Amino acid sequence: MKIHEYQAKQIFAAAGIVVPEGDIATTPVEAYNLAVKYNKPVMVKSQVHVGGRGKAGGIKYAENAEAAKILATQILGMDIKGLTVKKVLVTVAEDIISESYVGIILDRASKKPVIMVSSAGGVDIEEVAAKTPEKIFKLFVDPVEGLKAFQARNLAYKLYRDINQVRKAADIIMKLYKTFWESDASLVEINPLITNTASDVIALDAKMNIDDNCLYRQPDISAMRDLDAEDPAEVKAREADLSFVKLDGSIGCIVNGAGLAMATMDLVKRYGGEPANFLDIGGSSNPQKVVDAVDIILSDSNVKAILINIFGGITRCDDVANGIVEAVKQLQPEVPIVVRLTGTNEKEAAKILKKVKLPSEDTLDKVVKKTIELAGI
Amino acid sequence: MSIFINKRTKLVVQGITGRDGSFHAKQMKRYGTNVVAGVTPGKGGSKVGAIPVFNTVEEAIAKTKANTSVIYVPPPFAVDAIYEAIDARIKLVICITEGVPANEMMKVYQYVKEKGARLIGPNCPGLISPGESKVGIMPGSIVKKGNIGVVSRSGTLTYEAIWALTSAGMGQSTCVGIGGDQVIGTNFIDCLEAFEADRSTKAIVMLGEIGGSDEEDAAKYIKKYVTKPVVSFIAGQTAPPGKRMGHAGAIISGGSGLAVDKIKALNKVGVPVAYSPTEIPVLIKEQIKLKAEKAKAKANKTGVKKVAKKVAKKKTAKKK
Repeated sequence: MKIHEYQAKQIFAAAGIVVPEGDIATTPVEAYNLAVKYNKPVMVKSQVHVGGRGKAGGIKYAENAEAAKILATQILGMDIKGLTVKKVLVTVAEDIISESYVGIILDRASKKPVIMVSSAGGVDIEEVAAKTPEKIFKLFVDPVEGLKAFQARNLAYKLYRDINQVRKAADIIMKLYKTFWESDASLVEINPLITNTASDVIALDAKMNIDDNCLYRQPDISAMRDLDAEDPAEVKAREADLSFVKLDGSIGCIVNGAGLAMATMDLVKRYGGEPANFLDIGGSSNPQKVVDAVDIILSDSNVKAILINIFGGITRCDDVANGIVEAVKQLQPEVPIVVRLTGTNEKEAAKILKKVKLPSEDTLDKVVKKTIELAGI
Repeated sequence: MSIFINKRTKLVVQGITGRDGSFHAKQMKRYGTNVVAGVTPGKGGSKVGAIPVFNTVEEAIAKTKANTSVIYVPPPFAVDAIYEAIDARIKLVICITEGVPANEMMKVYQYVKEKGARLIGPNCPGLISPGESKVGIMPGSIVKKGNIGVVSRSGTLTYEAIWALTSAGMGQSTCVGIGGDQVIGTNFIDCLEAFEADRSTKAIVMLGEIGGSDEEDAAKYIKKYVTKPVVSFIAGQTAPPGKRMGHAGAIISGGSGLAVDKIKALNKVGVPVAYSPTEIPVLIKEQIKLKAEKAKAKANKTGVKKVAKKVAKKKTAKKK
């Protein structure tokens, strides 16, 4: 799960990491009032779940409260990479002397948290990694032993020469590592970590992704989920316990299992169609899940046909067939639905499906071709 | 022959009294797996079918000599169940549970390595050695005894591939689902190594997907160490970046983990990648034929060399 910069900064501040004073505004007047309160130049920063906000014009400097109000008017409602800005963070502007990068992610290959630091901060770190990898220093941390103070200090020395700044940065790295574990994060990032004219070390930006598998034990963070910032169909799918990702094509896909769902989408593309979505109904599926899945896909007006591909293992084909019958009765879809149910209880499923007379095929390749044909692409 | 599990596998089912645990314990037994015990704290003394249930793994081992464990307990307790099995000296633990915290898995992984045990999963369908043993949730009806080794990050996609093989008359030595999470106990390379060493395996099918770099690492390993034909399939060519595609580990992040890069890496080391699971058996036939021809050509060459060496030896002997 992604959280916004202002939310990540709340977590950082609670952990003792220095962040600039700031608060959230949803209207230009609120932005104005915050700037008046701080009585200093401010930054107006769009809060959307996407990178490259600055380049898109979603982060602006305001000399005074009047300017903050005008900028907030421009940024609120702005579209950044398909997402509408509904909130801005109004935060005290800092005079920047240097910009660095500090990030911690879970490294899959080594199965350890890796801390990355670079004195080339304030820019896209992936670009730095691609063009000048020698500017990034990595430390793989023993997950059982944890991060030692000297290790944090050694990393801090890669960023600063002044011992006071090194101490401050090392302290921030220690606290960031602690936050990474305690928040069950899969990523924590400060880009940039700055120094100002007063020689302070400050987290000017904050980014956090939380491991979805841990949300059950992170109630405070779970409550930070911003439904406004997500695709409505994806929100609905999550509530129905379906794994769903919306795409731009016209072939709706309902599949059991993530790997098979991706393979089905890939075949749709290979045979000349474009998938409208990724949708995994999961293992032990009850009929209601199928009804929800069809409902969510039908809400997408691009969809010209729906493909249902089930390879029954724990998933019972008769359960899915009952769901399909129910979906057809309740939703009366106008687009064709093509079905392939194979595996556990497939014979029972075939009998049940006779009630609705849907076109069906017995192999993956055939069902994909048939769906594209009926979609009229 | 097979890898990891066989007729000597004596299985203990952790979480046997739960809905999934009890269902699959019976399914495994019906397949022919030697399911000797179940464990659920507080349910010791009861039975699931004819399988005795114990309170602890330690007790289950003492009474039944179980040597392998499969875990069906819910996510908040799965990691503890892995530690319990490892501490009771089980050398092979298969964790089916989906939704295990990734950070805890990093610690468990290290512990399992230190104890010299093997963990498969989590978030995996388990494994099956046709005709010998099945551990996990793979449907026994689709497999056939034979000499193709299958390893996969997926569940139902694996069934699709196995079914394509079986339908083409190609049986399997062992099919292993290694799991779709970011941190998993056993990766492609571990399975490739085991299949390469397994006499009954003649060719290997590797089913990968977007996210991480395990397929790229496997490609490097294949080039160096695998002599048997390998055929692959990579799911997720149409997946958008930054979105988790069902599996926790199936995500393209920061431009890495793309399907196209994995396919390139595999093709580069001579591993063909099927466009559909149904193409897998076709590619295997081609690869087996290709390898046989190469081996023949090589045998002819080395044959000539051997003769030359012998002649050379005789000459030096004469000189002495």
